[in-house]
Amino acid sequence: MITIERPFFRWDPWREMDRLQREMTGVFNLPRRRAAVFPPLNIHTGDDDVIITSEIPGIDPADVELTVTGDTLTIKGLRKEHETKEGETWHRRERGSGNFYRTVQLPYNVDGNKVQADYVNGVLKIVLPRAEADKPRKISVTSGK
Amino acid sequence: MAEISKSLKSEKAQEAAVAERTKDRRIYNPAVDILEDADNLYIYADMPGADDKSVNVSLENDVLTIEAQSQDVSFDKHDVTYTEYGVGDYYRAFTLNETVDRDKIEARVKNGVLNIVLPKAEAVKPRSIPIKVG
Repeated sequence: MITIERPFFRWDPWREMDRLQREMTGVFNLPRRRAAVFPPLNIHTGDDDVIITSEIPGIDPADVELTVTGDTLTIKGLRKEHETKEGETWHRRERGSGNFYRTVQLPYNVDGNKVQADYVNGVLKIVLPRAEADKPRKISVTSGK
Repeated sequence: MAEISKSLKSEKAQEAAVAERTKDRRIYNPAVDILEDADNLYIYADMPGADDKSVNVSLENDVLTIEAQSQDVSFDKHDVTYTEYGVGDYYRAFTLNETVDRDKIEARVKNGVLNIVLPKAEAVKPRSIPIKVG
């Protein structure tokens, strides 16, 4: 093991304790299912449409706003915070809250007028049909003469 | 210190049940909020994809277990091209410190969030004792 002397940092017992504490918390914390982004998305691509599913539990569907322009989908929304009433104390607080905003680039242009979305059991499903103009066309080759 | 012993307890409960599963499915630890007031203990757990039929809440001794199954999401003639979350079952167990009136536990699922209300047993509720002068 190579130790590098760093003259600018003296050994600091408080920092050491802090590090130790962080290590200990890591041991006791169980693996959580938490994506780095909220809401997490899954994209299912078909020939004629793209289906996006997103886990956004515990929201009012009226608080979600979807906008489509060309091949870009924007999901905007709010996950309301729990209003702490008087006499309530928190034991654990792992569920996030607040505003969320995401922009996704789709594999092709979609028809904004035909986009459908539904929200069931905390999962948002968005069906984005491919724009007619964007669909691949078969061109038959005719022999000349 | 009390905090650490508590989380140790819940970890034990966790391991016991996760060890053996016949179904080959991923199991996720749902994120929870736990609150308490004078009368009840409230648990909120994020379980997207689960509904009232698939959620199972049980209390054995003082271990509260929440479980749920969620349906696989796949569409005909569609390939999954990008994933940020996995779909699976949910499992989490807690050791309750409080004595709970088990007959009055209420659980409800709405929009993928499980909400459990655990009323505290009469015996452990805080009581104010009037002080007489004399």
